[in-house]
Amino acid sequence: MANKLTGQPPLIQVEHLKKYFQVGRGRVLHAVDDVTFSIPKGTTLGLVGESGCGKTTVGRTLVGLYKPDGGKILFNGEDITGVKGKQKRALNRRMQMVYQDPYASLNPFFTVGEIITEGLEIHGIGENKKERMEIAYDLLQKVGLHREHANRFPHEFSGGQRQRVGLARSLAVNPEFIVCDEAISALDVSVQAQIVNMLVDFQESMGLTYLFIAHDLSMVRYISDQTAVMYLGQVVEIGDIHEIYEHPAHPYTQGLLHAVPVADPDYEQARKGERIMLGEVASPINPAPGCRFCSRCPRATEACKHETPQLRYVGGTHQVACHNL
Amino acid sequence: MEKEKQPIVDGGIDPALCRPVDRSKLDTDQIVRPSVSYWAGVWRRLKQDKLAIFCALLLLVLILLAIFAPIFSPYQYDQTDLLSSNLSPSAEHWFGTDSAGRDMWTRVWVGARVSLAVGFIGAILPFLIGMFVGSIAGWFGGWIDMLIMRIIDIGLCIPSMIYVILILVYLGGGPQAIIIALAVMNWMGPARGYRGRILQFKNREFTLAAETLGASPMRIIYRHILPNILGNIVVSLTSFVPAAIFMEASLAFIGLGIAPPMTSLGQLASDGAGMYRTHFYQFAIPSLVISLIIFAFFMLGNCMRDALDPQLRDEMSTSALRRRRRQEQLQKKQKGAAK
Amino acid sequence: MSEHLLEVKDLKVSFDTYAGEVKAVRGVSFYLDGGETLAIVGESGCGKSVTIQTVMRLNPEPPARIVGGSILYKGEELTSKTDKEMRSYRGKEFSMIFQDAMTSLNPVVRIGKQMCEAIRIHEKVSHEEAKRRAIEMLGKVGLSNPETVYRRYPHTMSGGQRQRVMIAMALCCHPSILMADEPTTALDVTTQAQILELMQDIQRETGCGIILITHNLGVVARMAERVAVMYAGQIVEKGKLSDIFYHPKHPYTWGLLGSMPDMQERSDSRLTAIPGSPPDLFAPPKGCGFAARCPYCMEICLQSDPEESPVGEGHTARCWLLNPYAAACRPVPPVGRDKQLVTPEVAGYLERKGVTQDGQ
Repeated sequence: MANKLTGQPPLIQVEHLKKYFQVGRGRVLHAVDDVTFSIPKGTTLGLVGESGCGKTTVGRTLVGLYKPDGGKILFNGEDITGVKGKQKRALNRRMQMVYQDPYASLNPFFTVGEIITEGLEIHGIGENKKERMEIAYDLLQKVGLHREHANRFPHEFSGGQRQRVGLARSLAVNPEFIVCDEAISALDVSVQAQIVNMLVDFQESMGLTYLFIAHDLSMVRYISDQTAVMYLGQVVEIGDIHEIYEHPAHPYTQGLLHAVPVADPDYEQARKGERIMLGEVASPINPAPGCRFCSRCPRATEACKHETPQLRYVGGTHQVACHNL
Repeated sequence: MEKEKQPIVDGGIDPALCRPVDRSKLDTDQIVRPSVSYWAGVWRRLKQDKLAIFCALLLLVLILLAIFAPIFSPYQYDQTDLLSSNLSPSAEHWFGTDSAGRDMWTRVWVGARVSLAVGFIGAILPFLIGMFVGSIAGWFGGWIDMLIMRIIDIGLCIPSMIYVILILVYLGGGPQAIIIALAVMNWMGPARGYRGRILQFKNREFTLAAETLGASPMRIIYRHILPNILGNIVVSLTSFVPAAIFMEASLAFIGLGIAPPMTSLGQLASDGAGMYRTHFYQFAIPSLVISLIIFAFFMLGNCMRDALDPQLRDEMSTSALRRRRRQEQLQKKQKGAAK
Repeated sequence: MSEHLLEVKDLKVSFDTYAGEVKAVRGVSFYLDGGETLAIVGESGCGKSVTIQTVMRLNPEPPARIVGGSILYKGEELTSKTDKEMRSYRGKEFSMIFQDAMTSLNPVVRIGKQMCEAIRIHEKVSHEEAKRRAIEMLGKVGLSNPETVYRRYPHTMSGGQRQRVMIAMALCCHPSILMADEPTTALDVTTQAQILELMQDIQRETGCGIILITHNLGVVARMAERVAVMYAGQIVEKGKLSDIFYHPKHPYTWGLLGSMPDMQERSDSRLTAIPGSPPDLFAPPKGCGFAARCPYCMEICLQSDPEESPVGEGHTARCWLLNPYAAACRPVPPVGRDKQLVTPEVAGYLERKGVTQDGQ
C-alpha cells in the first residue's frame, strides 16, 4: 500500500491551517492550530485523536462549513481557502462528507429517495425526478440496499443501514474527495467492518480520496495509507500507516495504541497491570505555551513546558513533534 | 419451535436439508415493518383521540354555520325591524332579535365569520412575518441578528395596547385594521421562537449535510428545518387563533371593534352586555359561541401536541393498551371460572 | 441444584407496538456468580440491553411485557414482584451504569446531593454519614479532590469524570451485582482503558458480580470470565472466555471475531464483515435468526430454529452445524484453534444414505 502514496499528485494540501472559536470574554478556543498535511489522489489519510482534539473541525473546514482563520487549503493545486458563491457550490460537488451520527445526519422527514436525490437536484444532475430516482436506485444497490427502500423513512432503518444511506447521499454527486467524520464510531464493530470494506471498495472502483477521521487507531489501519495523530489542535505525529503502527514515536501515539483493547484474551491477560495513560485531554481554550501533551506525558521535561515542539522527520515520511525522542 | 417439527429422521438429519442455500437469494437487509411517515403516524394517533375528533367536529360545525347560516337565513344581518325589537328566541327568530330588531341568528353567524377570519388571518399573518424575520436572524447571525433582536426587544418593551389603539385610531375600525394591528403586535414572539429553532437546527448533522451538498440557505430553512418544526408551529397556531379572536373581542368591548352595521362576536357580546339584565340571551348567545370556538381550538391544540410527540411514534397509544389489558384480564378470569 | 447469585431461565420479553408484538428477547438463560464478570455481546437491537433492564425491571410496562421465564436472585423469584417491591432491589442489590452518564445524572442537582439521596433511599443513615460515605466513594473511583467534586454539577465535568461519578453512585450501597450497559462506548480509548481498570479494581475489592454489555470484543477480552453472544433476542453461544475466543462454534461468533481489527499483525487483508443487518424482531424468522447472513446457511436453517446444544464444559451454541450429521454434509473450514470432526458413527449413517462429504 505504501507505494500507492508515491507518484500520485496531491489532491488536498493543507498548509498551516488555523481555526479559532471565540467563546466569550477574550477566551479563544484553539480548535485547529497550525495543521499541515497533504493527501495524494486515490489514497486515504487517517486523522486520529480523542474528542476535542480538533479533528472534526479540520474536516468541516476542508469542506467549507467553517472559514479558516489562517493557512491555506489547496484542492488539486488550486487555492480554495474561503471561496464563495458559485465556486463554492461547484466545489461542493467535488468534496463531500459522511457524518458521524447515523441517527442525526438524515432528515427524519425525508424519504431515503429524497435524501439521496437532494444533491442531484441542487446541482441539476438528471433531467427530471424519474431520472434522478433511477440514479438513487442504482446507488442504493451499490451500498447493498434495495430499490424498495427508497420510499422508506430513516427511522425504519438500523444504524448501519442509515450510514449506508448517508454514504449513498455523498456518492450521488460523484465527488472526488470524501471526509468521513467518525463515520463508523457510532456503529457496532461488525457493522464498522462492513462500512470500512465498502469504503475501500469505492476507493478502488471510483478512485476516491478520503480523509478518514476516527477516535481510535483500530479500524484506521484497514483503510488508511497514512495517519496523522492530533492532540489539542496540533498534529503530533504523521506518516505512513504501518510505520506509525509498528514504530510509534510520540508518547501520545504510543498511549493511544496501547489503550485499544484487543480481542485476544491471552494477550490481554499478559498485559494486565501494565501502565495505562492517565489523565484526560486538557482544555483547548487559551492553551499555555509549550508542548500541549506535557501534563500527561511520562517523558515530560522542563523544556517541554516552555517550548512548543515542531514536527521533525525521523525517517522516511514519518514526522513527530516531540522534544525527547 | 416445537420439538416434533424438527426435521430429524431416523436419528439423523435428512441430508437433503443440509444442502447449502444460494445466498444471493437471501435478503439480509429486509425491512418487515410497515412504512409509516411522520404525518401518517400523527394522523393515526389523532384519529384515536376521541376528544380531538369531538373538537375537530365541533369546529367544523361552527365554521360551516358561520359560512352557510347567513346565506340560508331569511333575514339580512343589517335588516332592521323596529316593530320586532328585543324579541326572545322563538321559532321565527331562533336567537331572538336585538334592540334594532335585527335577527340575532343571522348576526351571530355573520359575527362568527368576521371573528374567525380575524382569528385565522390575524394569527397566520404575524406568524409568517415572524418566521421570515426570525429565520433571517437565526441563519445569518452577526449584525443582522443583533439588529433584529434589538428591534424586537424594544418592540416588546412598549405596551402593545398603545400602538394597537394608535393603529386602529389611524386606520379607523374594520377587520383589516384589526388584522394589521394584530400583525404589528404579534410578529415578535414567533420571530424570537423561530430564530431559536433555527439556531437549534443549524448545527444538526442533516443540516450540515445539506450545506455540504451545496443547498442554499433558503432551501435548508424551508425544506429541511421547516418540516421538523411544523408540528410545533401548528400547535402554537391553534393557541394564536383564539388569542386573536379574544383580542378582537376585547377591542370591541373598549369600543375599538368593527363599525356597525357589520359586526363580530365580540361586538355582539359587547352590545349585549349592556342589556344583560333585561335581555340575557343577547349577551349569552354570542359569548357562548366565542367560548365554544376558543374551547375547540385549545383542546384541539392540546390533542395535537400529544399526537405530534415523536416519542410515542412506535408505541401503542395508552388507551388502546389499556383496552387490551382489560381484555386479557377478562380472559384470565373466564379461564379461572371455567376451572 | 446449585445456587447461583443470579439465574435467568428462558426469559422472554415482548414490546407491544401499534403494528404488533416485537419479540425483543426470545428465551434467554444465563447465570452469574458473585465476583465474576459475564459479558453479553451483540449488535445493537439484539436484546442485550432489554435483557438486563428486565432483570432490573427498568422497562416501562407497558409497552414491555415479560412473556415467560424466570429470574432468580439468591433463589428468589423476581418476575412476580411488584414494581414497589423491586424498588428496594434496585440500587441496593443491583446497580446499573449506563452508556451516557449525562442522561442518568440530574443536571441541576449537585453531585453530592444526588449521591446522598441514593444512599438514604436504601439505608437509614444520617445526612452526615451519607455525605461521608459519598465522599469516600468519590475518592475510591479515582476522582481527585472528592470534596470539590461533591459540590459540583454534572455538566461541569468531562465524560470520563461523569462516568466515574456514576460508578461511585452505583456502588454507594454496596450492590452485589453491577450491570454495565456499554459503559465505555461513548468514551475515548484512553478514558475507556481507565474506566475498565477501575471496574476491575472495584470488583476485586467488593467481590460484586458484573454483567457487562458491549459490542466490543476487545473490552470483553480484557474484562470477562464468561461470555454470552446474543443475536436476534437469543443467546447463540455462551461459554468461558477462552472457549468463545479460541474455540468458537457459532458462525455469528466467527463473524464477530473476524470483524475485529487486528492491531498486532501487519495485514493488507480485508476485514471479514458480516453482511446485511440483523432481522427485525417484529417478525422473527422462522428458522435460525442468523441464517440470512450466515455464510454456511443450509436449507434446514431456514426451516427450523436450532436447539441449544452443549459443545464443551459450560459451552453451548445454537447452530445446525453442530449437529454431527449436518456437519458431515457441510464441512466448514476450521475456525479458531479447532477442527471439525466426523465420528465413525456419523460417517456410517451418511454412507447408508449415500451422501458424500461435500454435501452432494
